[in-house]
Amino acid sequence: MPQLDFDVITLGHGSGGILTNQLLESGVFDLLKNPLLDEHHDGAMFEWSGRTAFSTDSYVISPIFFPGGNIGELAVNGTVNDLAMCGAVPKYLSLSFILEEGLTMKEFWELLVSIRRAAEKAGVSIVTGDTKVVERGKGDKIFINTSGLGNIHPQAHISTKNVRAGDKIIVSGSIATHGIAIMSVREGLEFETTLTSDSAPLNHTVKALLDEFGTDIHLLKDPTRGGVASVLNEVARDSRLGVNLFQQPIPILEEVRGACELLGLDPLYVANEGVFMAFVPAEKAEEIVQKLRTLEYGQDAAIIGDVTTEHPKQVVLHSRIGGKRVVNMLVGEQLPRIC
Amino acid sequence: MKYLSEFRDPEVVEHYLEELHKVATRPWTIMEICGGQTHSLVKNGLLNLLPKQITMVHGPGCPVCVTPLNLIDKAVYLAEEKGVILCSFGDMIRVPGSSRSLLEAKANGADVRILYSPLEAVKIAQEHPHRQVVFFAVGFETTAPANALSVLHARRLGLTNYSILASHVLVPPAMEAVINDGEAQIQGFLAAGHVCTIMGLEEYEPIVQKYHIPMVVTGFEPVDLLQGILMTVKQLENGEAKLENQYSRVVKANGNPEARKVIEQVFEVSDREWRGIGNIPLSGWEVNASLAEFDANRKFSISIAKASECADCIAGQVLKGIKKPFECSQFGKGCTPITPLGAPMVSSEGACAAYYHFAEADVV
Repeated sequence: MPQLDFDVITLGHGSGGILTNQLLESGVFDLLKNPLLDEHHDGAMFEWSGRTAFSTDSYVISPIFFPGGNIGELAVNGTVNDLAMCGAVPKYLSLSFILEEGLTMKEFWELLVSIRRAAEKAGVSIVTGDTKVVERGKGDKIFINTSGLGNIHPQAHISTKNVRAGDKIIVSGSIATHGIAIMSVREGLEFETTLTSDSAPLNHTVKALLDEFGTDIHLLKDPTRGGVASVLNEVARDSRLGVNLFQQPIPILEEVRGACELLGLDPLYVANEGVFMAFVPAEKAEEIVQKLRTLEYGQDAAIIGDVTTEHPKQVVLHSRIGGKRVVNMLVGEQLPRIC
Repeated sequence: MKYLSEFRDPEVVEHYLEELHKVATRPWTIMEICGGQTHSLVKNGLLNLLPKQITMVHGPGCPVCVTPLNLIDKAVYLAEEKGVILCSFGDMIRVPGSSRSLLEAKANGADVRILYSPLEAVKIAQEHPHRQVVFFAVGFETTAPANALSVLHARRLGLTNYSILASHVLVPPAMEAVINDGEAQIQGFLAAGHVCTIMGLEEYEPIVQKYHIPMVVTGFEPVDLLQGILMTVKQLENGEAKLENQYSRVVKANGNPEARKVIEQVFEVSDREWRGIGNIPLSGWEVNASLAEFDANRKFSISIAKASECADCIAGQVLKGIKKPFECSQFGKGCTPITPLGAPMVSSEGACAAYYHFAEADVV
């Protein structure tokens, strides 16, 4: 951490004046260094061509530090993953901060270091950014927005329109881990656990799949907010096809399952950060799962469902004991129940 | 997971279903009392696997559903007009009051917090000595010990800024109300496992005797429920009426005496209005007079108008087992979990929500 004259963020750091410059020059620019950012211009300028994916997301998670990660790392991985779900190879990110007056420099610096590490791991450059400061009480320590650009993989053709009856649905890893790890440190809900968030950049894993299977990857989705159930409902609605979901093979860590039981939450609706879902032709599904299991973040991959012409626009869960039920979109937030 | 996976074992489920098909020779109507049981029956798709002769009707055992409109309005009033920190279990905050829910009050700026335990609310009261903290103490006998403990804990800490808005309801009087109502024609009961964990079995024997009705204290997992139903059907087929305990791994005959001691220190029996059902004599608990300073009802002057229920909602008939949720003209149309007209569409334990979320398309 650099030596600074201040140890907390004040309104002046967002003024665009001397303090803003001090903050940026004190190490932020050095930390995130790359030729486009080094121009220190109003925006990044570069040559670009080819099929492109462009995505944006805002990060408001609380608490900003949680087991296994923080809001900075999440802001990089989240947008990287959104691009990866388009079949793109992420390249450039923008990075905007809305800081709340009073955020300590120590916390801010720690987040910046995480952002740099996450960007390195994902292989992206942060080429432009912005910093605003709001009065104490008007924010929640820090909000981050990132936008990203990437070229679409030459062999990729990802679209809900490609989903066919008979397609198998693959999940790349254990579900609900991120949401439960966050829940364990929320005020009023603290419980002891060794669980950590699964936040991770999925772009290298996705690229390896696309290199080998190309257009056989019909659709990619990352089940973040709203979890696996919401993604499947969106796909069923948009494709006008039905989805069968099989409870037995859904990978979930024992500790996550236990926490969900205790808290009265359905893991199908709990958020994920380092997991994606792929819709693929039935005859390729097993091969794709085997490949995924050799890749980073894919060890627990499993086939958890299929697409059908029956019950169009509905997701039907086949329970472990042979019963069936409809899995709907989540209404509002999942709330803990009384007993 | 120990004590869970074995009660979800597909082979054991298959075994009990086969037994049930063999044993049930005539049509029987059985009520499961607890909303948690309703939820599990629907969530696991069990209703469609049962023999056709067996009709399950869903009982009033959803605390959120039976909490009167008036009390929700009181909670909203305390949060909005008295500036208290209003703490609640999660599923209570979406239930519509006469003008709005606690969730809407929160969106309008009221300080409403979702907690898992009333002891957390006591902690909040300690941390905010200059603000009044009220815990919305909703529930059956199951949640009463923890709510009572929070009052005793606050007294021990000498807190003057903590109180509870109690809306406790009791199962046995509700069972009698359902039987006496007669319309639902209940022939057997699955009694609520977790309530009996606290209260034991003592209160139920007189009901079994008085009305000659079979009753089986039952758990919540698929195997529990099927075993409980099987035990009830066996009694019915044999013309017996006994109190049996399927959930003996958790429920002891004398319940949890320590927990009951705590309840006795804090609560006293009172008449209680049940949303959708009406007034049932001696069917609730309120904070006893010696602890008045911890009773939000006495502590704050609350002036709210008496509200009336939505005319289209048939929650009362659903809670008494007279109608199924999908027999309501508003089900899934005017009334959904996003725009609930009555509480059973909101709570995760409510019969309407259970059908809306989980029932198969051809059932609905």
